[in-house]
This record gives sequence, structure tokens and C-alpha cells, in this order.
Amino acid sequence: MFSEQVIAELETLRSHYPKPIAAMVPVLHIVQREQGWCSPEAQAWVAEFLSVTPLDVNEVVTFYPMLYDKQQGRHIIHVCRTLSCDACGSKDLWKHLSGKLGVDRNGTTEDGKFTLRSAECLASCGTAPVLLLDGERHENLSNDDVDRLLESAS
Amino acid sequence: MITQSKVLSARFGKPDSCALSGYREDGGYVTYLDTLKTGQPDELVATVKESGLKGRGGAGFSTGMKWSFVPKGTDKPIYLCVNGDESEPGTFKDRQIIEHDPHQLLEGVGITCFAIKSHTAYIYLRCEFAEGIRKVQAAIDEAYAAGLFGKNIDGSGFDLDVYVATGAGAYICGEETSLLNSIEGIRPYPRNKPPFPAVEGLFGCPTIINNIETIANIPHIVKNGAAWHAGLGSKDDPGTRLWCVSGHVNKPGVFEIETGFSLQELIDGPCGGVRDGKLLKAVIPGGSSSRVLTVDEVARTNMDATSMREIGSSLGSAGIIVLDETTDMVDAVLNLMKFYAHESCGQCTPCREGTPWVVKVLERIMSGSGRTEDLALLVDIADNMEGRTVCALADGACWPLVSIVEKFRHEFEAKIGAPVGAGS
Repeated sequence: MFSEQVIAELETLRSHYPKPIAAMVPVLHIVQREQGWCSPEAQAWVAEFLSVTPLDVNEVVTFYPMLYDKQQGRHIIHVCRTLSCDACGSKDLWKHLSGKLGVDRNGTTEDGKFTLRSAECLASCGTAPVLLLDGERHENLSNDDVDRLLESAS
Repeated sequence: MITQSKVLSARFGKPDSCALSGYREDGGYVTYLDTLKTGQPDELVATVKESGLKGRGGAGFSTGMKWSFVPKGTDKPIYLCVNGDESEPGTFKDRQIIEHDPHQLLEGVGITCFAIKSHTAYIYLRCEFAEGIRKVQAAIDEAYAAGLFGKNIDGSGFDLDVYVATGAGAYICGEETSLLNSIEGIRPYPRNKPPFPAVEGLFGCPTIINNIETIANIPHIVKNGAAWHAGLGSKDDPGTRLWCVSGHVNKPGVFEIETGFSLQELIDGPCGGVRDGKLLKAVIPGGSSSRVLTVDEVARTNMDATSMREIGSSLGSAGIIVLDETTDMVDAVLNLMKFYAHESCGQCTPCREGTPWVVKVLERIMSGSGRTEDLALLVDIADNMEGRTVCALADGACWPLVSIVEKFRHEFEAKIGAPVGAGS
């Protein structure tokens, strides 16, 4: 399922803990980096890799907002919606993005390019409004900035 | 007049402030290496206790006291977990440390591990800190390469391994026992206490969990002495803190200031006043889980634990959210309650059921369909959540909720259409 290089990376992560299961979240992050989501097949693979049951993996995947048990768009956008961002225009930013992409919360564009999600406080309140594009933070955003960001994503 | 300090933030903004070379040029790791050579763990714990340092994550417990709870003579491994889940709305200070001076944190990790006799540290970072994770990992790699971590460090006989552990977008993982379960790779539900983590924590072993800013203070305290730290700012809660100001101010940001200053002066001075010349309406002083302050309260309060206790709020995580006169307080509290409803882990019924119920009632009021009994209902739901759960998430939802309902009652009543008899 993964290249030798990725497996070596996963083995290193596993070696950081006295029990293999403890590498769960870091391993799932690598799985998502490689495959975009935690597919049932990938979850089964992780279960074997960490010597646990697939249910143990699924319990973790389904708990965390940033682990996905459904396929996502090629690019994932997380717009912060919590109070400081809201006070600085995140509702308008959301409307702009949602309108431009033609999708609502958790929706994926028809071409499979973007998934639009909201996030709770991203710890960038002093530079609101903010979003993550593929996990990287972008701050002090105007609608024009957002348009440029969308264009920059291939 | 606010005087800004340069202790934790001294190296922020320097060119290449994350590099080991620059950190060492500025005297970095000298305290750590001296500690490994001549330090005594018990003396270090006593120094931190005497310094008066309190945890910077929000609960404000004495750091040295916490360290002293590790059982003496335990034959189990002892762990240090550094809490960098930073997810309390309004808080963005730990991120500054990891993105601008990660070696300062790592030196603190090294000294802390020596003091509590730990040989393994996990630095838990929320996955949204992509840049911070890269910088901390790069700093750890540099530290290993320079012989600052690993086996028999600098010939001292002391071994230390330091790893980054990551979250995946859940606020609850900032709760210390949830963080432990997250690192252990199981559903991160908070644990009941006792047993306290210092006795039975990560993998069932004694574990100290400290916030990033707390740990970053340690090299400075060990270098300059307990009395130096105890003399900074307010007596009962000394030191400098990284205050995060967001919302409706002209110059939001992080300001390092000794405790005990005037909140009004911070807003009017370094923050450049309320945005666009508007009037102030409210301030949430210590992260979203602290009780809201009115304009009058802001004008007469100082930022220290005693003043905050007297006024019925707390310094929490030092996340100061400023709201101006244009703010709809019903909408503002709805925003926060959506946060708590989303972040409730679902383990305890009062929180799992109560937080979304509060959202529904607030949405009803916002939509103009509020009922006269709704304000009493909100307070009643809060009464049935607060203090009835494993962790403090529900309490953290109740404090802003009830304080906003009480202090801005007229805004709720205006939406409901008629004054209502609500409350206790």
C-alpha cells in the first residue's frame, strides 16, 4: 500500500513509543498525506501495522475533525469560524468562498478539486480572518486574497 | 502606562531566530548544560516552586508544586508531555514560541526533564500548526546533532529523547488527560482524576504535563533565580505573560507584559484603541472560557489573578477578545456555544446533550422565535452542566454563557420581544 520510504517513515514514528498503538494519530496523518483520506483499506493496513483491530483505528479516525473517513477534494480549505475571526469578517469570507466554489459546508466541488470545511479556532486570532489551504495557514484575508489562493492551487 | 517586557519574546523577530547557531550565540543552552553538570533535581523543583510560576495553559496551577507530585523513588519511567494543543478561542501565544524561538522551548524541556528525572518528552502539537511542527522538529533534529539530546548528553550521564506528537483538530486534547489518551492512540476522552497524571499518567507512568509557555519560562527562571521571577509583576501570580489580543482593536497581536497591568491601558495603548474609533462593549479576558467583562469592569480591573478573581473572571490562557459597540452579544455567545457543542467529546451526558441544546435555544432567539422562558432555560441548562462532568469543557461553556446572559440581558430581551423574568 505504501512505498518503502513511507514505511520507513512510519516505522520511525512507531519506534517513538513504548506501544505501537501510540503512533496512531501521527501514522494516520502520513496515510492522509499519501492518500488524501483514511480509506477502509488504509485503516485495515494501519491496524495490522500497529497490532490493533480495525475498530481501534476507526474509533480514532471518526473522533478527530482532521482525520477523514470519506474521500476529500484534492485541496482542502478550512475557514476559521470562531469568535475573533467572526468579529473580523469570517462570515463574509465564508459566503464568498462558498459562492465562488458553489459548495456548502463539507462540500466538494464537482471537479473534485476543493473541499470546503469550517474549522474551530486556529490560534491565529490576531490576524483574523484566517484559513488553512492544505494545512498551511493564510492570514488577514480579503476576498481578493482568497481568489488568488484558489488560483494558486493546481 | 504599559511597559512591554522582553523575556520570552526577546528573540522573536530576529533573523533566523529558529536556528540553533543564533540561539547559542545569544547564550542559549548554557543554563541547560550547566544544569546537567551541577544541578540537583530537588533544588530545581524548589526553585520553580519559589519562583511562583503558574501554569500558562489556563488553569494556573503552581508549576513547581505540580512537579513535586511525581512519586519519589518510582521504578517506572517518568514522562514529560508539553501541551501545545493551543485551541482555546482567542489564544495564539504558544504558536509564537514554536514559530519564533523553538530552541527556547527545547532548552526548557531539557531542564524540566532533568528536574523531574524524565528521559522521554513528547511535545504535543495540534496538527494545524504545520509551520510550528516543522520548526520544532527541525530544532529537535539540530539539538540531537549537536549532542544536546540523546544518550549521555555532554558527558553528564543524562539521557533524553524528545519527540513531537500530533493532534488532529480536537480542542478536547488540550485537556491534560485527554492529551494523554491522544498520545496513547485511543479515543481521547478525558480521564477521571484521581489518579492524577503525576502519579499515573502516560502509559500508566508518572507524567508531568505543562503548557509550552510554562516550559519556555523554565530556562529564564533557572538562569536568573526564583527571586527574580517572583519579583516580576503581581506578587500572587508573578512573571511576564504573552497576552493575545484579538477582535475589535486597531493593533491586535501578542504583547509580553508583566502581570498586574491595567486592561484598559493595554487596549488604549499598545493595541491602539478600539477599531475605527468605536466604543468598547465587552472583553473576554482569558480565552473564551472566561467570564465576560463589561466596559465598567474593564476600566477598573488589572490583569492579575487576584483582581480577576475579585471581578469574577480569570486570566485563563491570556486570550483577550475585544468586542466593540457593533457586536451583537447574542450572536457572539452563539458563536462560542457552537464551538463548545462541536468540541464536546461526547463522553459525559450533561455536556454532550447540554452544549447543542444551548445552541438550539440561542438560534431560536437569534431567529426571532425566542420564548420568554428561554433565558431561564439557558441558565438552567448551564446549572445542569457545570461541575457535573469529567473535565472542565462544560464549565468553560457555562461561564461565558451565563455571564453574557446576565450582563447583556437587555440584548436577549430585545430579540425575544418583551422583558422576561428569568434567572434563578
